[in-house]
Amino acid sequence: MTVTAHAADDHAGQAHHGETSRAPTAIAFGSMFLVPLTFGAAVMLASAGARAGVLGAPTQGEIGFQPVNSDNAADIVWFHDAFLLPVTIGVSALVFVLLAYVVVNFRERVHPTPSKTTHNWTLEVVWTILPALALVVIAFPSLQLLRKQMIVPTPDLVLKATASQWEWRYGYPKEVGGFQFDSLPKDDGDLDLAKGDLRLLTVDNAPVVPVGKVVEVDVTSLDVIHSFAVPSLGVRVDAIPGRLTQTWFKAEREGVFYGQCSNICGIGHAFMPIEIRVVGADDYQAWLVRAKKKQFASTGGVELAAASPTR
Amino acid sequence: MTTVSGFVPSDAEKHAAHTPPTGLRRYLFATNHKDIGTLYLCFAVMAGVIGSLLSIAIRAELMSPGMHVFPVLSAIMNGDGSDGAARNLYNVFFSAHALVMIFFMVMPAMMGGFGNWFVPLMIGAPDMAFPRLNNLSFWLLVASFCMLVTSMFVEGSPGMNGFGGGWVLYPPFSSTMGTPGPAGDFVILSLHLAGASSIVGAINFIATIFNMRAPGMTLFRMPLFVWSVLATAFLLLLALPVLAGALTMLLTDRNFHTSFFDPAGGGDPLLFQHLFWFFGHPEVYILILPGFGMISQIVSTFSRKPVFGYMGMVLAMLTICALGFVVWAHHMFITGIPLAEQEFFVITTMAIAVPTGVKVFSWIATMWGGSIAMRPPMLWALGFIFVFTVGGVTGVVLANAALDRELHDTYYVVAHFHYTMSLGAVFSIFAGFYYWFPKMTGYLYNERLAKLHFWLTFAGINIVFMPQHFLGFAGMPRRQVDYADAFTLWNFVSSIGAFIAGIGTLVFLYTLYEAFAAKRVAPANPWGEGATTLEWTLPSPPPFHQFETPPAIRFDGAGAAVAEGGH
Repeated sequence: MTVTAHAADDHAGQAHHGETSRAPTAIAFGSMFLVPLTFGAAVMLASAGARAGVLGAPTQGEIGFQPVNSDNAADIVWFHDAFLLPVTIGVSALVFVLLAYVVVNFRERVHPTPSKTTHNWTLEVVWTILPALALVVIAFPSLQLLRKQMIVPTPDLVLKATASQWEWRYGYPKEVGGFQFDSLPKDDGDLDLAKGDLRLLTVDNAPVVPVGKVVEVDVTSLDVIHSFAVPSLGVRVDAIPGRLTQTWFKAEREGVFYGQCSNICGIGHAFMPIEIRVVGADDYQAWLVRAKKKQFASTGGVELAAASPTR
Repeated sequence: MTTVSGFVPSDAEKHAAHTPPTGLRRYLFATNHKDIGTLYLCFAVMAGVIGSLLSIAIRAELMSPGMHVFPVLSAIMNGDGSDGAARNLYNVFFSAHALVMIFFMVMPAMMGGFGNWFVPLMIGAPDMAFPRLNNLSFWLLVASFCMLVTSMFVEGSPGMNGFGGGWVLYPPFSSTMGTPGPAGDFVILSLHLAGASSIVGAINFIATIFNMRAPGMTLFRMPLFVWSVLATAFLLLLALPVLAGALTMLLTDRNFHTSFFDPAGGGDPLLFQHLFWFFGHPEVYILILPGFGMISQIVSTFSRKPVFGYMGMVLAMLTICALGFVVWAHHMFITGIPLAEQEFFVITTMAIAVPTGVKVFSWIATMWGGSIAMRPPMLWALGFIFVFTVGGVTGVVLANAALDRELHDTYYVVAHFHYTMSLGAVFSIFAGFYYWFPKMTGYLYNERLAKLHFWLTFAGINIVFMPQHFLGFAGMPRRQVDYADAFTLWNFVSSIGAFIAGIGTLVFLYTLYEAFAAKRVAPANPWGEGATTLEWTLPSPPPFHQFETPPAIRFDGAGAAVAEGGH
């Protein structure tokens, strides 16, 4: 890698044929791609492994998805790890190996006379058809999963999430009390780190939903576009003024699940977290009673028909 | 082939041509394609340095949780170091970073710079078809850039300077709801001017390539770089008017009380997104197609072998162009668009992987059996092929709407498009720059420095963006000024990479300085027999005017273009 560099110092400017030996070149060339590939392989290993814990939050240094807590999230992670991760790693590795092979074997020093090949129809047809077939194989589970995400089953609870700069407001339907309340991130001073509070994620009032029930979330916005996202539950949908968008989840386990606003919405974009608490049926009923007693800015019911669904 | 005898200059013109104007007259009133190309390249380097500084500030801020850098920057720039002002300035910085890099760095470098310089040379033409339009195209861009910079220093959101809604300009944030101040109008008008500049340039390229090829340079003998510029010109011509329409509607929403995008008046914010991405997705191919062309030239030159599957390469580019117009809503999978619409865009988006794969495999096949010289342009081209593949396969991941549900607007997306743009497009620009630098300036650069620049950039920028895939998996949303503590490690690593890449940029600037200071004279063809296109038959640098009478182009046994007759 060093000798060819002198070509530029050659005032005559003749095309200079490198005299570099083969081994250092291979090493230098290899290291050029080693870092990204190592990272990539690490992702595969890590996300293939089983995960413990029911807290839907990011962890330090992780290189895969958050622990999954809903059927849809589990399907997403399975689809990525079983189908797409092998494709991303495999294709990147294939191109790397081919590049390394040609660079080592067809350097001008070891291969001074270039061939005159300009095309090979068979080869060209093969490398057009094969990737197309691979994509068809990917498309089937992809579209199947998409249907599952988009077609909301009959919900047990409809939660309304209304975004505004820069907070979330959650509304519960009339049947369970018809109250609504604002959800704001806890100030740094109020965080109880010993109890597991997380900076920029833990909120003062989190909506509580029952475990194992289909929860439909109807999302809208009062001002600019925001986005409602909870990675561990596999939900993400934009909050758009004048529209009502929908998503749904069925939490498998009890716990606390975090997300954040995912669409740039101004100076408070990083400061409007989403926290959802999933509890058992009894705890849920008890919470509803407490919530009603606390008189969360009750307006006697949440208007869910303000805008028509886009689906 | 059409004859171009109408371009034979009069004696007076010939005489004038021998004494090129100097100073302001030469550049302010430039009509020479090489002078305008040089202006574009200088402009792109300047914009690239500014865009890089913006990104370094962003990475410095994100190096650790909390806010440390932007309160200081905000105090310096706006005299207000409060949290709100600092957060706003962060948003302004990433918005400006994107706009500067897209409209004022990559596009001017590829089309304006290399396109202007080498399309006429490669097809045996004396200049571009409309030299004065060419001048207009460049100076509109300068005006546009001035407006963008101005926007950073006038009021946007109430009480704060600059526009902080991202380069996508989604209303209602970009309408008076989120950005009532004039910063929003400045950004809109800046993009209007940049769009006009590009449309004018695109018309010029199309007219030049269709009408001014020298006899013998048939469409399917054209170098692939010329094909890529032609394809890009059509994308520009078809996509940018749609952006102009959307921007005009936004402008009237802001200033004349229309409500195209305001639900309170019966409008719809999603309409803007559809229009924007109908432009925005072809735009990403505008940013990469000329790069494809340059990589084809370079791989062929340094393998001393003709491009493998020339016809397949041309068809792949045209397919990418056509498909590029029917994939836009994959940027909108989570906006609540209907299931059937999502299914359609999943399939069309995945289909683009096929022609892209053809290109990657053909580059490798071009090298296969060749005689490869690892000179700096080739090193950058090899780096391009690898990183673009990585960016491409993560694109296939994101094409699946079901998975986009998990990754949309996270750092995975940031990593994906920086692998295609910040590594892909930028690597191809540097490959082209090191390829053609001796031709443009007449000087040889220090190849050792150019290689150092490559290794620093390659290492640095991979360290920046590879960990961002992990942040995306973990759910870190993009465009956040501060993040949850769990994201600290990979953000720290990413920032270290940015500083390494920043040092690489300094090495690049020094390489430029060193080349001009050392004045090593370049021969007409410093790359040997692999360089078969017409520009290498001319001296370095080429004369102020070339091919004033059209040469007859002949292709020898090795496929090299030879110009006969003409001068």
